[in-house]
Amino acid sequence: MKKFRDTLKDIARYPSAIAGLLIVLALIVFSIYTMITIPYKEAIYLWRGTETAVYKNPKNAKPTWFNWFLKDKLPVSVDVFAGEDEDFTKESKPREKGGNLIEFNYSFEYNYNQLPQDIFMYFTSNYEGKNPFVVINLTTPSGEEIKIFDGGISQRTNIRFGQDDKLMTRLIRLHGRDTETQDQLRGVNEGLFSKMGTYPPEIDKGTYTLNVKATTFEEGSDVDAELVIHGTVFGLFGTDHLRRDLKVAMMWGAPIALAFGLTAALGSAIITMFIAAVGTWFGGWLDELIQRITEVNMVIPYLSILIMVGTFYSKSIWTLLLVTILLNIFSASIKSQRAIFMQVKESTYIEAAKAYGTNDFRIITRYMIPRVIPMLIPGLVSAVPSYVFLEASLALLGLGDPTVPTWGKVINDARSYGALYQNMFYWILEPATFLMITGLGFAMLGFALDRIFNPRLRGM
Amino acid sequence: MTEQYDEKDVEISANELDEGFVLDIRGLKVYFELRKRGFQHAGFVRAVDGVDLKLHRGETIAIVGESGCGKTSLMKTILRLNTPTGGEIEFDGEIINDLKANDLKNVRRKIGYVQQDPYGALAPFMNVRTILEEPLRVNGITDPQERYDRVVKVLEEVRMTPVEDFMEKFPHQLSGGQQQRIVIARAMILDPILLVADEPVSMLDASVRVEILKLLRALQEEHHLAVIYITHDLATVRYFSEYIYVMYAGQVIEKARESDLINKTAHPYTHALLAATSDPDPKNVDEFQDVPPGEPPSLVTPPKGCRFHPRCPHMIPDLCDTDRPPEYDLGDNHQVACWLFREMPVHREFTVEA
Amino acid sequence: MAKQKKITLKEDAILEAKRKAELMSMMTDTTHKVGKVKHDLLLSIKDLKLHFETVRGPVQAVDGVNFDLVTNKAVVVVGESGCGKSSLAKAILRLLPRNVSHYSGEVWLRDLDTMQLSDEEYREQVRWVKISMVPQAAMNSLNPVLRVGDQVAEPMLVHYGMPKEEAMEQAAVMFRNVGVPVDFLTRYPFELSGGMRQRVAIAMALVTGPDLVILDEPTSALDVLTQANIFNLLKRIKANLETSFILITHDISTSSELADIVAVMYAGKIIEVSESHRFFSKPRHPYARALMASVPRLREREEPHFIEGKPPSLINPPTGCRFKDRCPKRFEKCEEEPPTVVFGDDWVACWLYEGQGE
Repeated sequence: MKKFRDTLKDIARYPSAIAGLLIVLALIVFSIYTMITIPYKEAIYLWRGTETAVYKNPKNAKPTWFNWFLKDKLPVSVDVFAGEDEDFTKESKPREKGGNLIEFNYSFEYNYNQLPQDIFMYFTSNYEGKNPFVVINLTTPSGEEIKIFDGGISQRTNIRFGQDDKLMTRLIRLHGRDTETQDQLRGVNEGLFSKMGTYPPEIDKGTYTLNVKATTFEEGSDVDAELVIHGTVFGLFGTDHLRRDLKVAMMWGAPIALAFGLTAALGSAIITMFIAAVGTWFGGWLDELIQRITEVNMVIPYLSILIMVGTFYSKSIWTLLLVTILLNIFSASIKSQRAIFMQVKESTYIEAAKAYGTNDFRIITRYMIPRVIPMLIPGLVSAVPSYVFLEASLALLGLGDPTVPTWGKVINDARSYGALYQNMFYWILEPATFLMITGLGFAMLGFALDRIFNPRLRGM
Repeated sequence: MTEQYDEKDVEISANELDEGFVLDIRGLKVYFELRKRGFQHAGFVRAVDGVDLKLHRGETIAIVGESGCGKTSLMKTILRLNTPTGGEIEFDGEIINDLKANDLKNVRRKIGYVQQDPYGALAPFMNVRTILEEPLRVNGITDPQERYDRVVKVLEEVRMTPVEDFMEKFPHQLSGGQQQRIVIARAMILDPILLVADEPVSMLDASVRVEILKLLRALQEEHHLAVIYITHDLATVRYFSEYIYVMYAGQVIEKARESDLINKTAHPYTHALLAATSDPDPKNVDEFQDVPPGEPPSLVTPPKGCRFHPRCPHMIPDLCDTDRPPEYDLGDNHQVACWLFREMPVHREFTVEA
Repeated sequence: MAKQKKITLKEDAILEAKRKAELMSMMTDTTHKVGKVKHDLLLSIKDLKLHFETVRGPVQAVDGVNFDLVTNKAVVVVGESGCGKSSLAKAILRLLPRNVSHYSGEVWLRDLDTMQLSDEEYREQVRWVKISMVPQAAMNSLNPVLRVGDQVAEPMLVHYGMPKEEAMEQAAVMFRNVGVPVDFLTRYPFELSGGMRQRVAIAMALVTGPDLVILDEPTSALDVLTQANIFNLLKRIKANLETSFILITHDISTSSELADIVAVMYAGKIIEVSESHRFFSKPRHPYARALMASVPRLREREEPHFIEGKPPSLINPPTGCRFKDRCPKRFEKCEEEPPTVVFGDDWVACWLYEGQGE
């Protein structure tokens, strides 16, 4: 414990080390937070991108903070529940003939210069035999009242404003546009949100009111409504082409990267240490064998092997992790550790241990390995980012597990979707930045630890 | 703490002979194979080439010689850290040349090893208590209380008190003298019958050396230990051993009781060693030391005949350079392997081997 | 090798060096100089201090050292490990560690206060020109990747601007002088034995014909016979040349082979300087007495006695006499800094001698 405190004090002498340590700690805290707020199962569910998971998210939305940089703000997504959110009121009045007359009202300000992506209303209702009937109207700031929809609904009905052809026809007429000429309405949203008769269309800014009248015909029959307006910015991290909220991947990328990196680094370091120790201690043919295996293994390009395994065998991240560790055991570190063990082997205290009858195994574990561990720690820390990048590279090559949200996977998706050509740079920048910060943090910490544990490098 | 030193002219009495030998080494040869490029045989390093040695219970002997004379290899072979190439080592009535595993472990319990470099001899990541407990653990002492008691006892014996203070300390927190005491404590903790001390004080300060040597002497007397004291410093040998073996180039060239070796020196090499050992005497400035030029020979291709002949001021041509001299008996348990004494009765012949 | 510094061809210095080398090659087997010997004041050190910073505080390794050395004499500085004697060698030669925190005092070489020189001047005029050093007999004192002949020639090249062939010739002469076969000129240090390496180091120290050579534990890692051979060589040099020696060692016994004067160092200070006959028979300072009593002797039957306790740390040395905690003759006055009591050329820093001497 005392050594740990001393180490911390030593770390404090290097500003870069403090920065590195803070980054690593932040990553760990962030990972723990992620695992608590979004449990793994939920994350996988959200990442799968099924309709129920992502229906509220717009497609390819930029992150909300992007609006800071713009004079003309982009519309932010809205998701409100009737009766729960202040702006979305719900009033229920019983009817004489049974059932209820439920009126929903939602007012919102729309001052953006861009149209929203789409508008959805999700109705849930309960009834025995008779479906409720709803009428939806939208009142624009200019005073136009546009009928959006009227019809029956079932237990779960989604009404997507954008896909309603009848609405489209109505809007075209309202705007006075000719279906034959070129100046067509480019979508329901343009029809809903632009001032009548303007060309090019000008957004009608002001307060909009959405009015829904739902009629139920049975006792106890009720209707609930949820309104979702897909803006073009969403959340802290934006969304991707499958409407998945990128925050899932951004957040979960951290614990996965750390887990992969740390496990791979620790796993290979520990196993390498044992093999180097055993080989050096026993010498002879065992040592020669280990050295030859190492040399052969160092020549084989391991990324290629990983690609082969990933393509022909399994894409599971854990399989790839295992193969990574295996390939990394017989690597250059065995050689450098062997050099250290050779020196330690000649130590006088080990000779003394032999003289009082210590067996080989005990000498290796109790006398040699503890000497070497301090020297391994910096290497271990510095190795973590390379494994993190490895996982990202594998994902980028299409090898990672597609169901697991990792930073590499996001970059892969972004790349195959052509994100940079579509002005969706956030899609690549976010995971890249996170990867960079992770690498930087561990590298700085690793270098500082190297200076501490390797006294010869002190003062540099 | 200062002990009185009584003039002891130790004679190997009949009583001690009855106790039997702790160590009886006959014709020991330790050759190391030289290999070129890992596979090709390139000769042997004849580190120990036909050595006899006898040690009784409670006796202290010294093995004296310069570096490369084979004393270290001899000592390591006794500890079975090397395997002998030829000859026999009999320890406490048992031939230990080829022992393995458990048998070897039982033998090792009875030999304590004190090394030259006190700091290197202690694992830097273990505290004193752990260091001392290790030999106990390794040899099956499972009861923690028993281990603790033995550690306390041995620390008291080497005068590292208060014991509790020292148990938690790490080697780098101790002075050289204290470190060496721990090394000695560790050697003693298994209650050995033989203590092998390899240059135990040469890396310590001059003023601390005497302290450690006296401690070793006290322990030896208290426990009736047999001690082999290996050194190149003849001045310290006097306070600590009764019988001295002088080695040169892998062979024992003279052996005698301490006073005989110094007062009735026989071999020219021993003469040189004595001449080269200075006492603090202001007259030294005015005199050259009478030492032979050159250096000890290679142990791979040692000189033919007597290995000292190229440097010997009394070399006899056609004798010293052709045949290895036998050991001649000068009486009083004093033997010398030198042709200058060919009038004396032969104690042992050496057969020439390839 | 000096890169951009201008190396001035110092003709007279070169001649002097060559003359001394010649003199060395004509060395006879005497231990004493023949004829009248001059003893001018060569080195005078006043209040020399060298402190350096460590993690645990400032180490006051050399803490106010005074002594004088005349020509044609050898002084041995004796002390245990940790008394600052190696730092003393470095302080005299201005080989300061990187973490030096205090370096002051006067180091007079004849009539030149070397402390006043700039580092550059010091390098050109003093180090390895007037004073040189033979470092501890460790494997690291010679550069393992250069041939030994080149290393011995190097001081001539660097300090005197001698052309390469001439410098190699000089090196060959020195090799012969110290007893190393000339065909070893092209060998690397690892090919030489310990004794040979030390002889090469001695050659390297003497090649520029300095007035003073400092030897720091020159034989501690060597075997007794080799040690004796080296000391025989040093004795010959001392008798035949005008070089003075400062020998730094912990080994009192071997120091008696070369010492004309013995200076005892304890906890950063010199506490006694005595002429050798006086010192080895009856040293003055209690520490010196204890030291002499703790040495095992081959030719006498006296039992050695060790000194209790250990030397004080140089980080916070005690006030007053630094030996007081271990001194058998301690009394109240020892709490104050002891006076320096002079007895002719000798002196001792101890309260027991207050009032005696001159």
